[in-house]
Parts: sequence; structure tokens; C-alpha cells
Amino acid sequence: MNPFSSGTRLRDMIRAIRACKTAAEERGVVRKECAAIRAAVSENDQEYRHRNLAKLMFIHMLGYPTHFGQMECLKLIASAGFPEKRIGYLGLMLLLDERQEVLMLVTNSLKQDLNHTNQYIVGLALCALGNICSAEMARDLAPEVERLLQFRDPNIRKKAALCSVRIIKKVPDLAENFTNPAASLLKEKHHGVLITGLQLCTDLCKASEEALEYFRKKCTEGVVKVLKDIANSPYAPEYDISGIPDPFLHIRLLRFLRILGQGDADASDCMNDILAQVATKTESNKNAGNAILYECVETIMSIEDNSGLRVLAINILGRFLSNRDNNIRYVALNMLMKAITVDTQAVQRHRVTILECVKDSDASIRKRALELVFLLVNDSNVKPLTKELIEYLEVSDQEFKGDLTAKICSIVEKFSTDKIWYIDQMLKVLSEAGNFVKDEVWHGLIVVISNASNLHGYTVRSLCKAVQTSGEQESLVRVAVWCIGEYAEMLVNNTGMLDVEEPITVTESDAVDVIEIAIKRHTLDLTTRAMCLSALLKLSSRFPACSQRIKDIIIQYKGSLVLELQQRSIEFNSIIEKHQNIRSLLVERMPVLDEATYNGRRAGSLPATTSASNGAALNLPNGVAKPAAVPLVDLLDLSSDVVPAPSPSGGDFLQDLLGVDLSPASSQSGTIQAQKNGTDVLLDLLSIGTPPAQSTSSTSDILSSIQDNKTSSGMLERLSSPSGLSAQASSPAGGSPIMDLLDGFAPNLATQEDNGPAYPSLVAFESSSLKLMFNFSKSPGNPQATTIQATFTNKSTNIFTDFIFQAAVPKFLQLHLDPASSNTLPASGNGSITQDLRVTNSQHGKKSLVMRIRISYKVNSKDVLEEGQINNFPRGL
Amino acid sequence: IHFVLLISRQGKVRLTKWYSPYTQKERTKIMVMNAQLAQVIRELSGLILARGPKLCNFVEWRDLKVVYRRYASLYFCMCISQDDNELEILEVIHYYVEILDRYFGSVCELDLIFNFHKAYYILDELLIAGELQESSKKTVARLIAAQDSLIETAKEQSGSISNMIVQATK
Repeated sequence: MNPFSSGTRLRDMIRAIRACKTAAEERGVVRKECAAIRAAVSENDQEYRHRNLAKLMFIHMLGYPTHFGQMECLKLIASAGFPEKRIGYLGLMLLLDERQEVLMLVTNSLKQDLNHTNQYIVGLALCALGNICSAEMARDLAPEVERLLQFRDPNIRKKAALCSVRIIKKVPDLAENFTNPAASLLKEKHHGVLITGLQLCTDLCKASEEALEYFRKKCTEGVVKVLKDIANSPYAPEYDISGIPDPFLHIRLLRFLRILGQGDADASDCMNDILAQVATKTESNKNAGNAILYECVETIMSIEDNSGLRVLAINILGRFLSNRDNNIRYVALNMLMKAITVDTQAVQRHRVTILECVKDSDASIRKRALELVFLLVNDSNVKPLTKELIEYLEVSDQEFKGDLTAKICSIVEKFSTDKIWYIDQMLKVLSEAGNFVKDEVWHGLIVVISNASNLHGYTVRSLCKAVQTSGEQESLVRVAVWCIGEYAEMLVNNTGMLDVEEPITVTESDAVDVIEIAIKRHTLDLTTRAMCLSALLKLSSRFPACSQRIKDIIIQYKGSLVLELQQRSIEFNSIIEKHQNIRSLLVERMPVLDEATYNGRRAGSLPATTSASNGAALNLPNGVAKPAAVPLVDLLDLSSDVVPAPSPSGGDFLQDLLGVDLSPASSQSGTIQAQKNGTDVLLDLLSIGTPPAQSTSSTSDILSSIQDNKTSSGMLERLSSPSGLSAQASSPAGGSPIMDLLDGFAPNLATQEDNGPAYPSLVAFESSSLKLMFNFSKSPGNPQATTIQATFTNKSTNIFTDFIFQAAVPKFLQLHLDPASSNTLPASGNGSITQDLRVTNSQHGKKSLVMRIRISYKVNSKDVLEEGQINNFPRGL
Repeated sequence: IHFVLLISRQGKVRLTKWYSPYTQKERTKIMVMNAQLAQVIRELSGLILARGPKLCNFVEWRDLKVVYRRYASLYFCMCISQDDNELEILEVIHYYVEILDRYFGSVCELDLIFNFHKAYYILDELLIAGELQESSKKTVARLIAAQDSLIETAKEQSGSISNMIVQATK
């Protein structure tokens, strides 16, 4: 006999573990116990098996691995005695779950126990099955459970009912078999059976429409009567909870009525009286009563319209809302969220109270209330509500600020009627909680500011004031720095004064101060500092008097360890020093950013200009700001990661960059010389952002100046050099937006270069023996549809016969395969098979094509199967 | 109910019962599962223990809600879906505690540590598949007592058999 197997008693082990002072000590004890148990397992020791399993369960609870005990559970379940089975089933439920394959091994034992003569053993098996059965087990054992729904002992019937709940959740098709027996459970008197029967019926209704119809017809009146009886029943100590007879049964009856009444006027009518009775008569001074009222309100809100009842329900919620108990207030807020779709006016009446709840000290209540307030906002109350919320933002907890700012921002965006109000509110939010604001919020703000030309002066002055008091709020600083860079002269000259404004005096050097403070504040991150450098470059041109000082600030970063800053510093410095003549052009004000494009991008789709066919882009007249707006919006996207430049040679790079500036490039690509293209690129890189018409005209000027000026073209070469760095760092935009654009514009480039099809061909699949090419074409006027011509070539030296190509696509795509040109593919590339595929992309512009393919053929009458997935379709298909 | 947890004030887990599998991916390795369970537990105990008194008893967690109630040094937590009745779950917790109390005779944390299996047995008479199965404390007590006495009889029998063997071998 194994000397360890007698081991310690369960109690002693627990004591030993509890006596441990350190985690290491505990691990030691557990390790020793586990070793002993493993030894016992391998000895197949029977005497202490149940004790060992009990120990393992305790060890499992402490979080140690116990998989080696799984088979012991099965052995205990298979043994004859009740004590062994009881602990075995407990272990099964604890140590295993439906995901383990070992579980399948227990199916047979379960089946035997479900047919056992001892009802407690049947009960154990039902309980285990109900808690952990998998879909396969559910299928196998459903007939047994169904039979047990009619067992003589009610305690088995109730267990069988809940077991059926699990079975139906796992295998909804089985619902039909359980509908009849479940209906008969509703006629019982035993509360346990009633409760579980109601639960089963509720779940059956969710699983099957027929079951719902059946219960609606046969059971509605019966259930109403049961509820009536229980609501009016005299005191019954067995089921009483704080003066209410069986609240659990109450709640389940109400819940089932809700499902029966939803969408059915007759059934709803039938339950009106009893719902009114429950809503008015239930005691509301204890939790149990409130639980019933809460359920009742939900039922009233869900069933077909009865205005009298709804008033009653909303009044109950009003009472809940003013309750002192936080739990009750929480559920009231929760329910008002649902009620708002039914009766907005009634919920609006409680607005003040709800707003108070936003300021509650309880996080759960705050969260609920905030969501509710968000739903309550409309055009008429948005201003006072926003004011309240922003005022609260100042005093709210740190951890709540994130949620709160997000909600305020989306309210302000959604309901802003005039721009000045929008800008004012956003500035307040940024000053209070700029560190909690998401990037797209301040990007959006800049777009709006850029569009509000009459407010530029006002905005930049307000920002300048705000940043002096709240300089630690990152996104406020970014917006301020950007605006000062753009609209510096308005700051200094008090241009575009509004009536509401008080005039301020800001000197040129004050403006530089603001940026210098920002760039030196080390809590702010790289993006902000990079933006500061760009703003400084702009200021150096706008305020020539400060140029030397700005140069000194910029030069401090030439040794920065951050590559981005270092590069900007060096390049900007050389612009200030050596290229006075082009500086003012380089840093000209950004054109107005296009809101529609920006919003489109935010919605996750590419702007229309990129996804439209090439022809459409060509038709855009020069000088229209739209195409230019695309790169500019990208410029705001500073936070994205650096992407390496895709093409290795300088010349290609220039070609690629051409795509950045859509309209001049595509309309004049034939005539512009490489050198001139380079200048365009330079302009774009530095985000001069002049509208295309202007840039083309100015280009020629610079072109001539560059030809005279060797240094300048040297710089140009550097900018266009193959390393991705220059593209990445030499403009405020950073490299990634350009890369983005490259992706987006790839099709256009293809057209320009070789006048070929709109989309480049693609080697969709290639193996040692087979190559598959895709050629794409699109019919004008239907951007969603693409015709793909598939060309198969045989690389091997054997003929392929019985050639079949199959393809599958995800749901958002539709695929139609035309017949193939042949089913025999000659060897060594001497001919090919072509086949047309027509794809319709319902998510055009949002998702790219993907396709799974399977190709089967015979080589020397042997079957060959090749499979693959194609993810590299050109974008915009 | 998706799961039931009992956590002590020190953050030690006293009872866990899972009615829903706890990862989307069907992972079979129990090691992985254990680690995940531990994480869920840790995450939760941090969440609940940090809250002061008088706050409401509901915590939103992922897309579910945890309803908890404190009894002396133990937190009883039950996790439910968004549209379940939180107030009812508070009653279910209380109902469970009352049954435990009646069974152990003014229950304390130590009872639940040393007789954790009994706490599980009682829970199994209360909930199956995460749904309530009985609303009468008396019935639950009766069923548990009947099963306990089955165990006692079995013990006595095996005791007498082993006595007989001992005597026979003398």
C-alpha cells in the first residue's frame, strides 16, 4: 500500500494551507498534497478516492491546476454508492466544463443515473447535466430528461425542467419536443415546479416562434390566474419574504406574461387587470416588493399599449428615482432607459432628478444616469444640459472624466446649431479634461475651426487665453498650437473682434512664448512637440521680427534623441536660414478643410474622391479644394504610426508622391517634367496646402528659382531620396498620411503610368504547378460591381484535366462565376483557361475584397486539390 | 445567472460556480481555463473590494452586471445579464445565505471553508443552469437532510462491513 495514500484528512489539509504564512509555503503544501493524490490516482486507490477529490476541489479553488483529477470524477460517478456519486458529480461540475472532451465519457454514466431507482441519484445527474452539458450530450440525453418532466416526485420534475432549459439553449431545435410537457408543468401547484416550468416556457418562447404561439393560445389565461391567486394568497410562512408570498414566483410569472403580451394585443388585454393590481397593491418598502414592482413595470412597458398602465408604471419609476436606496435608484435609471423609447415626454419630466444622479457619488448610478441624459438631449434642452455637464466636469472624479467628456463631446457635436457655441463648448471641455479627449474629437474641432472663417480670430484668442491656464491639457495645447500657427496675425491684431469679446493685447513674442512653453513642457508628448515645431516655422514667417528667436528655439532640438523632432528641427532650421525666398510660400495658411470628407473618413470609409472611378477624379476642375482637402485632413492624423516608404528608388518615389496631389497630376501628368513633379512633391510635403490651381501656377515660379539655385535642388533631392524618413519628417503631416494616400490613390497611379486597366493585375495564387492571375474591370456607374477575369496557367509539364475552379466570399460580397473557357489546361504554359467572376461589394469603400479559392484537377488521372485565400486585392474594389 | 462567487474581504475565493463557459474560444486545456478564471476573479475582487459602503450593490462588468451583497467578512456575488432583475438577485443571495445559516446554525466564513462541499451541495439545490429551482427554504433543507442521511447510512454500513472483515480475519 502506498504510504502516502492514507495521507491527511481534508480538514487537516485545509488547516495546513490556512496556516501558511507566505504564498511559497502554500505552494509547497499544495505540491505535496498533489503529489500524494497523483500517486493515489496511479495506484488506482479506491478507499480515499472521494477524499482526494474533495481535496482537489479545494486546491482547484485556490487556482492550482487539477486536470489530473478529471478521470477520478468519472470513476466516482461510475461507482455504485450515493456518497461516491455525490462527490463525483460535484467534482465533475467544478473541475470540468463543457469544453473538455473528457466530458463526453460521462454521457453513459449520466444516462444510467437518469434511469436510476434512487431519486436522489437521478437528481444529482440532472443537476450535473443542467450545469455543464454540451450540445452533443444535450442531444443524447434529451429523451431521458423529457421523460423525467413527468416523474412522480416534484423535486425531480423541477430539476428536469431546468435541465431542459440548458438543453434548449444548447440545441434550440429540440424546443418542439419540450413544448407540451412544459405547458403541463404550468398547471402544477408545487412552487418549485411552477417556477422552473415558467422558466422553461420562457426559454422555449425565445427559442421557437411556434412554442410562443402555442403558449399564448393555451396558457395566457392560466398564468394570469396563477398570478392572481399568488398575489391574493394569504400569508404562507414557507414562501413568505418580508410579507410577500413568494416574490420569485411573482417575478417569473410577470416575466412570462411579458413575453406572451409582447406584440399581441389580445394577450396584453387579458393581463391588464392583474398588472394594474400588482402595480398598485405591492408593498414598496422592502426590496422584495420593489423587485416585483420593477419586473411589473418592465412588463407594462413591453406589452401592447395601454396608456393607463404606462402612467402607473412611469409613476412607480418616479417614486423609485427619489428613493434613498441606491439600488432602487439604479434600477429606476435602468428602466427609464427602456421607457424612453415608449414615452419620451414622461421621462423628460424627470430630467432634473436624472441630472442630479449624474453627480452621484456612486459610480454605477453615475454611469447609468449619464447614458440616460445622453438619450434625453434634444434641440430644446441641449444648451442648459451641456452647461450643467461641463460645470460638473470640473468637479467630477478623475476616473469618470473619460466617460463624461466622451458623452459631452458627442452631444455637442450632434446638436451644435451655431459654430461659436460649438467652439466655446469644446474649448471648455478641452480646458477641463483635454487629456481625456479622443483624437478624433480635437481633429474634428480643427476642421470646424478651419471652416468658420469669421471666427478664426475669436478662436485663436480664446485658445491663447485657455492654454495659459490649462497648459497641461494635451489636446487643448495641440489645438491651440495649430491655431496659433495658422492664425497668428489675428491673435496679435485682434482681427475679427466679436461683440462678446474683451480685447486682449498679445504681442508677437507673447505668441512665441505660448508655443515655447508648450514645447518645453515635458509632460506633453512627441506629437504635440512636433506640432509646436511646425507652428514655430509658420510664426517665423508671419512674425519676421521674432525669426531669430524662433530659430534659436528650433535649433535646440537638432540634437533631440527623438528622430522626428531632430529631423524637423534641422530641416526647419535650414528653411529659415537658407530659403527665405520660399519660406512664406511653404508656410502659407492651410486651405479650408473639407468637413464632408473628414466626416466620411471618420465614418470609416474613404472619401468619395478616392473610391470614385478614375474618370470622375479627372473631371474635377483645377482649383477645386476637394482633392486637396484629402491630404490635408490626413495631415491632422499625426498620431498614426510611421510607415516605411514603399518604393526603393527615388524616381518611383516621386511618381508615387504625385498621387498625393490628385488633380494637377492627373490632368497634366503627360507634360510636367520629373523635376517639376519633384517641386510639387516638395510643396505637398511641406503642406503648403494651397489649392491645386494655385500650386500649379506657383510651381512654375519656384521651378525657375530652383533651376537657378543648386542648393535648393539639392534639398529637393534629399526630400525625394528613397529613405522614408524625409517623407515622414519633413512636413507637419508626417509620413503616414502620405502613405495612406498612396494606398488610396494606387489605382490612379496605375492609370497614369501605362494607361492600362484601372486596377493593376494581381497574381492571386501561385503554387509550384499553377499560376492564377486576376484582371479587374469595373463598369462605370456601378462602383460596387467588379468583373474579375481569372487566367490560369499551368507551370508543370503535365496536362491538367477536369479542371474546376471554385471560390467563396464573405457575406458582404456576392459572387457569380461564369463558365470557364475550358476544363483542360495544357502543360508548360502553352495556353490558359480564363473564367470571369463577377463580384458585388455591398460594403464598397469600407471593406476590401477577400476570397477563398479551391482548384481541383487531375494530373495523370490523379486528383489534385489546391486551396488558398486572397487578401491582397487592390483597395477600392 | 452566469456565475456565483464567494470572495472573502481579503480577496480569497471561497466558492465559485460557473454556469456559462468563460471564453468564446473553445479551449480545452484546463490550465488556460484556470488562469482565465483566476483573472476574472482577481479583476472582480479588485472591483468590488474597492467600493465603500452604502453604494449600490451592482457593478457593471464587461457587458454583464455583478450583483453583490456583503455578509460579515464575505461577499456573495452573482453575475447576470443586462436585462435581468437585479433586485431579485439580491433576494436570491439572501435566500441562499438564510439556508446556509439554517444548515450550519449561524454560519460563518470558517464553516464555508471547511465544509465548502456542503455549500456547493446547497447551491445545487437552489440553482441549476443558472436558474432558480426552488423558493421554499423548507424544501431545500429537507432535500439536503435526506441526502446527508443517505451518506450517514452508507458510512455506517461500510463501517459495519469493515468491522465484520476485521473480526473475520482475527
